[in-house]
Amino acid sequence: MEAAAAGSQQPLGSSTTCGPRVSELTEAGNLAGVQHIILVLSGKGGVGKSTISTELALALRHAGKKCGRPASLQVGILDVDLCGPSIPRMLRAQGRAVHQCDGGWVPVYVDQEQSICLMSVGFLLENPDEAVVWRGPKKNALIKQFVSDVAWGQLDYLVVDTPPGTSDEHMATVDALRPYGPLGALVVTTPQAVSVGDVRRELTFCRKTGLRVLGVVENMSGFICPHCAALCPWTQSSLRA
Amino acid sequence: MHPSPPGHNAIEEIKEKLKTVKHKILVLSGKGGVGKSTFSAHLAHGLAEDENTQVALLDIDICGPSIPKMMGLEGEQVHQSGSGWSPVFLEDNLGVMSVGFLLSSPDDAVIWRGPKKNGMIKQFLRDVDWGEVDYLIVDTPPGTSDEHLSAVQYLSAAHVDGAVIITTPQEVSLQDVRKEISFCHKVKLPIIGVVENMSVFVCPKCKKESQIFPPTTGGAEVLCQDLKIPLLGKVPLDPHIGKSCDKGQSFLIDAPDSPAALAYRGIIQKIQEFCGLHQPKEEHLISS
Repeated sequence: MEAAAAGSQQPLGSSTTCGPRVSELTEAGNLAGVQHIILVLSGKGGVGKSTISTELALALRHAGKKCGRPASLQVGILDVDLCGPSIPRMLRAQGRAVHQCDGGWVPVYVDQEQSICLMSVGFLLENPDEAVVWRGPKKNALIKQFVSDVAWGQLDYLVVDTPPGTSDEHMATVDALRPYGPLGALVVTTPQAVSVGDVRRELTFCRKTGLRVLGVVENMSGFICPHCAALCPWTQSSLRA
Repeated sequence: MHPSPPGHNAIEEIKEKLKTVKHKILVLSGKGGVGKSTFSAHLAHGLAEDENTQVALLDIDICGPSIPKMMGLEGEQVHQSGSGWSPVFLEDNLGVMSVGFLLSSPDDAVIWRGPKKNGMIKQFLRDVDWGEVDYLIVDTPPGTSDEHLSAVQYLSAAHVDGAVIITTPQEVSLQDVRKEISFCHKVKLPIIGVVENMSVFVCPKCKKESQIFPPTTGGAEVLCQDLKIPLLGKVPLDPHIGKSCDKGQSFLIDAPDSPAALAYRGIIQKIQEFCGLHQPKEEHLISS
């Protein structure tokens, strides 16, 4: 894990022959072929950021076919939750290896069509139960590598899944993505007041960092009982307050 | 605030300051949103129901401080005295500290990097005048990062009884909890046990049970068997818990006979028994 993070850097901009359609502009960097970037944020943990990131990526991929295009859209997912990387499991990609090419790390393709690719610290752990017990500076360094040293290639969308909070990972991600003009942020909450409270803080973070907020998603609004089909709200939604 | 990693002086100062605290319990989870703060709040409420037990609740989730809201203390401010910062008292025997009390508006975001968060945690442990306390409960954010390392390092000389680890039944939570358990082993933090939250949902209309977060890999029960860690209990998913938390009230008082409240009480008793068996070196009899 340590070696993978620290010693595997390949020079950017060298002739790139791997992966699908990587840009050959020497100055452009590995995100030059990415059209839109969406950060999925929430001040609160456990509201469904990773689930929504995964579903959003899958839905965007299919959106291409629905619009009459001959092929799916190309979508990448960047999982910057270093302590709790959930996306590999959600896409049944646990245990996959990360390979190198001239342009850097090759993201892991999770489907046969190679229309969804993923990078996560989950792929770099020798043992899935191993904890990533890092302080901020080390986390920041890996996130920078994930942004600049992964050969993302030509993507219609890059969905960035984040951990809860407004700290190192979030600042490092926004700083690293800023030159590429991120499309914006999707903020996820659940109806409870404690979630909405954290989301207010996340919206402040977006404002202070100049991130455009695409909108807020209220997840787990209620539960439909599979036995009697009654809709059970968890609580009075605090979202409109 | 000092941004450098914990120095020897701070650790010794904190050891001195916390000499009046008999038992220290960390509430951890690798996973977010499993109910750490909810559990911490109700552990505090449950222990403090005995007016002879002095309880302190410290919220070190710097970016997402939920404890003030859950304890009905939003908007309270922290005061300073000659002996340090005064916690906010919900009851005579229940004091609370959180970064939430230091923010002037609920919209204020704490956008701090690790070193600044560490400094805040040091201040919370060194500068808060808790007084004579039977139980100090420390609520943490999800993960295994700065806050967790700092808490463990600053408390390294002060004898922590152990950690209660919270999870929900699904594998996405359990995989993060295994990491948290690995963290505890790495830093030699004893584990009191695991609590499985949101186990089953009982429909208020038809009363039938559903598993909203199915334990596809056996849930906390199998995890605890595999890793030989006590399972302290399973708490059903009761919408009333969230409603009580939103109102800043104790669910144990609001719905005392509910299965969830009974589950909480069983778990709290096991934690008290664990602490009773593991007395600190400076002997005091536990009053509760």
